[in-house]
Formats: sequence, structure tokens, C-alpha cells
Amino acid sequence: MANRPRTRLHVPQPPARPGDRADFSYLKLQPAGAQPRPDVKVSALATPPLATGLVRVLDDEHRAVGEWHPHLEPEVLQAGLRHMLLTRIFDERMQRTQRQGRISFYMRSLGEEAVSVAQAMALRPGDMLFPSYRNQGLYMVRGRPLVDLMCQLLSNTRDMCKGRQLPVMYHWRKGNIFSISGNLATQFPQAVGWAMAAAIKGEDHVASTWIGEGSSAEGDFHAGMVFAEVYQAPVLLNIVNNQWAISTFQGTAGGEKSTFAARGPGYGVAGIRVDGNDFLAVHAVTQWAAERARKGGGPTLIEHVTYRASAHSTSDDPSRYRPKDEYERWPLGDPVQRLKMHLIALGKWSEDRHAALARELEEEVAAAWREATQHGTLTEGPRLDPDLMFEDVFKEMPQHLLRQREQLRAERG
Amino acid sequence: MARMNMIQALNSAMDVMLGRDPGVVVLGEDVGYFGGVFRTTDGLQRKYGEHRVLDSPISELGIVGTSIGMAVNGLRPVAEIQFADYIYPGYDQIVSELARLRYRSAGDFYAPVTIRTPCGGGIRGGQTHSQSPEAIFAHVCGVKVVMPSNPHDAKGLLIAAIEDDDPVIFLEPKRLYNGPFDGDPAKPAVPWSSHPRGEVPEGHYTVPIGKAQVVQAGRDVTVVAYGTMVHVAEAAARSLDIDAEIIDLRTIAPLDTDTLCESVCRTGRCLIVHEATRFGGFGGEISATIQEQCFWHLQAPIGRVAGWDTPYPHAFEWEYFPGQKRVAMALKAIMSAS
Ligand SMILES: Cc1ncc(C[n+]2csc(CCOP(=O)(O)OP(=O)(O)O)c2C)c(N)n1
Repeated sequence: MANRPRTRLHVPQPPARPGDRADFSYLKLQPAGAQPRPDVKVSALATPPLATGLVRVLDDEHRAVGEWHPHLEPEVLQAGLRHMLLTRIFDERMQRTQRQGRISFYMRSLGEEAVSVAQAMALRPGDMLFPSYRNQGLYMVRGRPLVDLMCQLLSNTRDMCKGRQLPVMYHWRKGNIFSISGNLATQFPQAVGWAMAAAIKGEDHVASTWIGEGSSAEGDFHAGMVFAEVYQAPVLLNIVNNQWAISTFQGTAGGEKSTFAARGPGYGVAGIRVDGNDFLAVHAVTQWAAERARKGGGPTLIEHVTYRASAHSTSDDPSRYRPKDEYERWPLGDPVQRLKMHLIALGKWSEDRHAALARELEEEVAAAWREATQHGTLTEGPRLDPDLMFEDVFKEMPQHLLRQREQLRAERG
Repeated sequence: MARMNMIQALNSAMDVMLGRDPGVVVLGEDVGYFGGVFRTTDGLQRKYGEHRVLDSPISELGIVGTSIGMAVNGLRPVAEIQFADYIYPGYDQIVSELARLRYRSAGDFYAPVTIRTPCGGGIRGGQTHSQSPEAIFAHVCGVKVVMPSNPHDAKGLLIAAIEDDDPVIFLEPKRLYNGPFDGDPAKPAVPWSSHPRGEVPEGHYTVPIGKAQVVQAGRDVTVVAYGTMVHVAEAAARSLDIDAEIIDLRTIAPLDTDTLCESVCRTGRCLIVHEATRFGGFGGEISATIQEQCFWHLQAPIGRVAGWDTPYPHAFEWEYFPGQKRVAMALKAIMSAS
């Protein structure tokens, strides 16, 4: 009796909590160049090695190596560096304005810039993007004026959302970037549907969508995977595994015994795990998956291994749940630094040019902020007309909303 | 007695129940190590261990579905949905399963699950951190729906919910977490320590589910409210200097019609106030009930003040929020009708 086996609930534990030493020994890494690059039409069932391995191109000496080396022109790499640095400087500045009370809320993508920037650059302008709230790099690549983004953050008179959305929940119809939802994972099956429509219409555009590893626990993930596989939808399904979902580590989302990319082959979807801080690797994997989709090879699930270097949002304090020094010990480094060092190794960049670029971008962001605040802030300057609240609930305003609008006007005197 | 804000009161309720009943488990996103994004479960995992206070994966469907399974196997799960706005992925499990299990199995299976979730606006949360979805649960037969307006009731109601053998949707007006709020954002925040209902017994006690409370007796008009709107209604009535009777429903379903109708039959006038959207809102149910039972006593049409029928807009929070002025205007209209 005494030795009878008993079931016992397993509760995944992160390797380190505040006060502990950061420990990333759980991460399965591979050296740059280790993964072969199969033909884009390879069977999904042949992708498990890609889904459990790690595609990397940049090695420790800042060289690009292996079959996944995308051989991009130096100008393309310089553009990528610029977009990533702009994203970072924009984030830093917006974080500060939130601290000053000028905007109500902000979310940075610090440490994850390569994911959005390299992917947007590897896709075509006609491809449709279904982002989460941590993909601002997509906007930098597609060229949305910074002032427009800032006006949204400020909920001011030029806010693209007309004051209706929390900061960061941008959208850009002309730029083919879908409206960000506050509800996690909803975009996953929507991107699949968009891609199905492209296939129904016989277009060669693909869709791409992003969710965090935490959000991949939602049922929407499952539905998106099943539909993508059934209809072989031309879609890139990205899981940004930045190790943390607010206070829970990736083991709580299902990353303890398996990789997230490995879920792909289980559904019959190609799976690839990529070093998310390696601009070249992310670019190469994205190109591969997009070509596969365009050639009728179907969907690809891509796991980007990265680290959320910032707090979850301006409402969060990560020192309560993870060691302070984690980012310093993160084995995949910093995406901006890595691309910079690669360009320097190529002889196509220098510390001086980098510093000058940073200054230029700081000034660009500061100038945009000066312009954006002319159109009002949350607390000062011109305000949106509250009448706007009643528009766009429906295409045409029904009677009860017309009445409520009148009532509000009376209430405001 | 101790002074507690609503977060501490809710925490104390779970603490008491985890201590008394080994079947009570707490689960939800970020509720364990971190203690919840509003700190409502702070310290509970440390005290009761990782098998009783669980950090769940991010899946509301999974949280509700596994809570049902745990409950069927003898536990009493207290599930947190991080914001009421995020409860919808779990809606099918609530409506089709949690609410109907007892009925469809003729009582052989039942699931005593409590689902706690912060609701309501006033914190600049925009449309995905501000909703008040009580009506879409009140419409489902088989779940009870509760919304406290102060720390004392919050703790007593939460303990009652956990002990209840039926499922309870427990809505927490997050604007009231740290203090009462009368609808005026320009005023400095008031802490619960200065409010009589911030006095909370430290041990076990219950506030009965299904019982409304008359928070202020009066003769001229009955104001029916719950959650944040109780405080707004009190301030609005005070500003008009009318003798209003204010009823805090506390439980939305099942509705305490006796307390309501006794009051309205006496005052002859009634205003219903809620923060949720008006169309199809719970005010309609209250109004119909009162009309059926008090028709011959009414001296004025029953009034309703609610959020506008739009999503909760980030930039127009205070134009949207049914504040003192909207309530006062409606009260004046009701008082001047004859
Ligand atoms: C349906 C739903 N549930 C819960 C939340 C609250 N929430 C917002 S972000 C977040 C964590 C998401 O983590 P992850 O998906 O890993 O993305 P990351 O923030 O790390 O980029 C949670 C729980 C939400 N917004 N929507």
C-alpha cells in the first residue's frame, strides 16, 4: 500500500524568480548554420527537425553562415537596422511620455524588434498583416508617418481611431495592417480567413499574423491551425515566444516539454523555430514561408525565440516576478546590436555612423512628437468632438443612438 | 473588524475559504506567483501552495472548462478572468455547460464554480478593460450573478458564492477597488478607510446572495443601482436634496423583487441606474418587474440611466460614464412628472 503510485499535479516552474540568478539552461539552442534549408514545398510532416531545432544565421563572430543565409544587399541590412532602431527610439520616447502623463498607456517591443522588422521587409506590400500589440516595427517598415501613430496614442483630434481605442491599438487599411484587438489571439483565425479569401480569389497575396506564446493557449490558436491546414491557406502563423506572458513563463503556456513550433507538424502544418533576435534568420525563414504559401505549399507555423526585455506594459512591474538581470544573460543577445556588428564586420557600417543614425532618429521622433501634440493630448489642447462616440457603431446611426447623442449634447449643456 | 479596501476584502474571503475548505482552489491568469494583475490573490499561493493557487495558461475557455471538471470531481474552484472583457472565450462553457449541468443531469452532476472578474470603467481602460456584461449572464438560467459595491459586501458575498452549490459569476467593479467613487473624476480619490463599509470582519461571514440592501431610506423616489452606480446615485440624490430611497441590488440574478417592489410601491417613482449599455441591459428586466408589480402605485414612468449603446470609448470616458449629472437630470424628470 505504502508504495502505491499516486497521481500528482505537475505545476511548471520558471528557472528563476526575483533574487535568483537568471538561468536559461532550459533553452534548446543550436549553432548558426546548423539547420539545413529544405525545399519550400517540403511536406509538413518532414519539418519536425526544423520545428525543434533553431534556425540561426549570425554566428558569434558576426558572420552570416549556413544554408539559411539570405544574402541580402548591405542597403537592405542598413534599412533593417534603421527600422529597428527607429522602433526602439520611438518606444523609449513614448514610454517617457506615458510617465509624464501625456498618454494613458504604452507597450514597448524592446528586444523583439527583429521579428516585426525583418518579417515586414521579407513580405510584399500587398500581403496582409494581422499583428498583436507588440508589432510596431511593422508600421516602421511600411512607412506609416510617426505623427499618425502618436496621434493615436494621444487620442487627439487626428487619432485614426477617433478616440475609441486604447493606445497602441493601431490599424492601417491602406498599409494592409489589420486593426489590433485588445482581446488576445483573435487575429489568428482571422488571418487564416483572409488568406483563404486570397486563395478563393486566386490572388498571390499571403497573410501573416502574430501572437505571443502565452496567447497561443487560447482556443483561437487551435481553430486557426485547423482551418489553415484543412484549406492549405497561404498564411504565416507566428508565435513570438518572448519567454514571458505578463508574470507567467513560457512553460505555463505549454513550452516546457515541447517547442511551440513543434505544434505545427502535429496539425499537418510546417513548423520552424527561429532565433528571433537574428535579423537575417527571421528574414530568411519568412521568405521561405511566404514562398511556400505563394506556391501553394500551404501555411507555416513559425516560433520566434526572443525575450521581452521591457515590462509587459506601462502598468506592469516585472521585478516582481523575474530576475532583474535576465535580459543581460539572455543567450540570443540584442537584435539591433547583432545586426549592427554584422554590418560593421562586412565593412558597411561603423560606430560613428550608428551614433549619427541614432541622433537623427531621435530628432525625427522628437519632431514628430512636437507636431502630434499640436493636435491635442489627453489632457491639453484641442479635443475630439464627443459626438464621434456614436458614429461607426453601425454604418448608419440608428434612432436610439441619434437620441442618445442628443441626450449627451443636452447633458453637456 | 479591520479596515480593508475591496481588493483586501476579496483576498481575505479567498484566504478564509482556502483555510477552511481543502477543496477550494484558486486559478486564473497571473493569479499565483504574482498575485493577480490587481493583486487580489496576493500572498495566497505562498500560503496555500502551488496546487491550490494555480497560474493558468491564457485560455478563458480552459479556465472555465477545467473549473467545471474540478468541481464535478469535488473541488470548489474560484476562477479569475483577468477582465470581464475577456470572459467571452469561456462563454460557451458557462452558458451551455456550467449553467445547465445540474438541470440536464437531473441534479446528479453540478459544478460549484465561482468566476470572479473585474468589470466596469472609469480607469481609462478603453473598450477592452471597461465592460459591464452582467446582463448577458443574467439572461442565462442556472448561473447566479453578483456585483458588490463595497468591501464589506464583497467579502461576505464572495464567501457565500464559494459556499454556494450553484455557479456564481462574481463581478467586481474595478473602479471601486481602492475607494468609493461618486462619478466625479476631478475630485481627489477617497480611500475605503474613510467609508463605513470599509469596515470588514476578519474571519468568516456571509452576505446572502439574492438579497438587495436599502443603503439609504427615503420617501420620494426609489433609485435602483448596483456596483459603482450605487455611489454615483447617492451623490446625485444628495446634490438634488430629494428624499430618495437607494437600493443596492448586490445580486443581479436571482433578483430580490420583494425589496424592490415594496420600495417602489411605497415611493411611487423609480429610477434604475447601471453602467452597462442600455439596450437589452438589465435595467429593462428591473423595469418590467416593477411595472408588473407596482403599476397601480406608479406616479411617473420608470426611468433608466445607463451607458450609451456604444463600445466604451477611450477618449470620451467621462462623456460615456453615467455620472452624477445624467442621474440627476433623470431624477429631476421623474420628480417633476405627475
Ligand atoms: C482574451 C484575453 N485574455 C486575457 C487578456 C489579458 N492579457 C493581456 S496581454 C496578456 C499576456 C499575453 O502574453 P503573450 O501572449 O505571451 O504576449 P506578450 O505580451 O508576451 O507579447 C494577458 C493575459 C487579454 N488581453 N485577452
